[in-house]
Amino acid sequence: MKRVLFAVLGTALGLVALLSFKTQGKPLATPPGGLPSAAVSAPASTGGQSSTSTATSAPPNPSTSSASPTTKKYVGSAVQTRYGIVQVQVVASSSHIASVSFVQLTAFDGRSQEINSAAAPILLQETIDAQSAHIDTVSGATYTTDGYEQSLQSALDQAGIK
Amino acid sequence: MRTASPTGLRRVEHCMGTVFSIDVRTPDADPAAIDEVVTWLHWVDRTFSTYRETSEISRLDRNAISLDDCSPDVVEVLRRCAELADDTEGYFDCHNDGRLDPSGYVKGWAIERASDLLTTAGAGDHCVNGGGDVQCAGAPAPDRSWHVGIAHPLRPATTIATVEGRDLAVATSGTAERGRHIVDPHTGERPDRFASITVVGRRIAGVDAYATAAFAMGERAPAWLTARGLSALLVRPDGSVLRTPSAGVVNSGS
Repeated sequence: MKRVLFAVLGTALGLVALLSFKTQGKPLATPPGGLPSAAVSAPASTGGQSSTSTATSAPPNPSTSSASPTTKKYVGSAVQTRYGIVQVQVVASSSHIASVSFVQLTAFDGRSQEINSAAAPILLQETIDAQSAHIDTVSGATYTTDGYEQSLQSALDQAGIK
Repeated sequence: MRTASPTGLRRVEHCMGTVFSIDVRTPDADPAAIDEVVTWLHWVDRTFSTYRETSEISRLDRNAISLDDCSPDVVEVLRRCAELADDTEGYFDCHNDGRLDPSGYVKGWAIERASDLLTTAGAGDHCVNGGGDVQCAGAPAPDRSWHVGIAHPLRPATTIATVEGRDLAVATSGTAERGRHIVDPHTGERPDRFASITVVGRRIAGVDAYATAAFAMGERAPAWLTARGLSALLVRPDGSVLRTPSAGVVNSGS
């Protein structure tokens, strides 16, 4: 339960790439001078296979793992973006969000490659609880009512409002 | 949309042209606390909206009333705007096209006050997100702190970083979303040196104003934020990332 799975699914021409990167358990080096490095790259898929990076931390409480039978899936509406169609999907059990993933359906071109090699999330300051990893809310440049409907925050709210 | 759930109380409210998400985790919190916050947010909209002819701000702008006629909250907001203009070398500006427009401060301030209202009402563990500006208080669960994802300005529905903390304010200014067009008040131009600038602090009203001012500064933003000791994450239009020294990258589990 305590892991966060960010997945970007790119689908086109029969190719499926699944990328997941965790926001915890991944030592992020602090380079002197301050530019954070892009520490995690996508496992590139080949020929219709999907691959998933390893989730290293065991859920501290197996009874609330994402495999729980009470798990529900919330899928946001598909949104046309300059990167193709993006859809947000949240998997949540009765008490917590197990994963947030981003389903992307787009042409398999240089652009989707770039997305799949997305930089690792950077943990900024504050105390880190090693057990914790999921996202409660999202900060982004001010969105309109319409922008909200397409936002990750909207998916988180849907998962939180039963 | 208000319902009780194992994770607490949650409410999504459309107001001020955007959406507020109120997420209360305090066990057995009184739902009336959220009602009070929603009432507050709509009062702020009625009072400060530049889109409403009858708002105090609109009437003040066309000299239909004087500052003496305004509510104490309007006076407080305008005073804070003036202080922030001084504080940011004029880059934070409560005028737009020659008209009085404190909305760049009002939303963050409304969120901060909403958070205070919840705490006063006994719901001290909560997060209020207004259009992507965030004030978290207390903790989401007894065993962990709040996790605030920072939206990737170039890749929709993905995050570029996570900030963790208990009493935490996170504001992001940028070009990624419509709704607020930041202009350099000194040149009238739209800054394009960064796709987004996120500032992290304790109280959202000031943090939000600093993010807005820094974005308007353009290339000077990293130096200014650093000199002020502010924790910030800055994303270039090409996706590269800068951060201020106080925004340390933390190894989890260490």
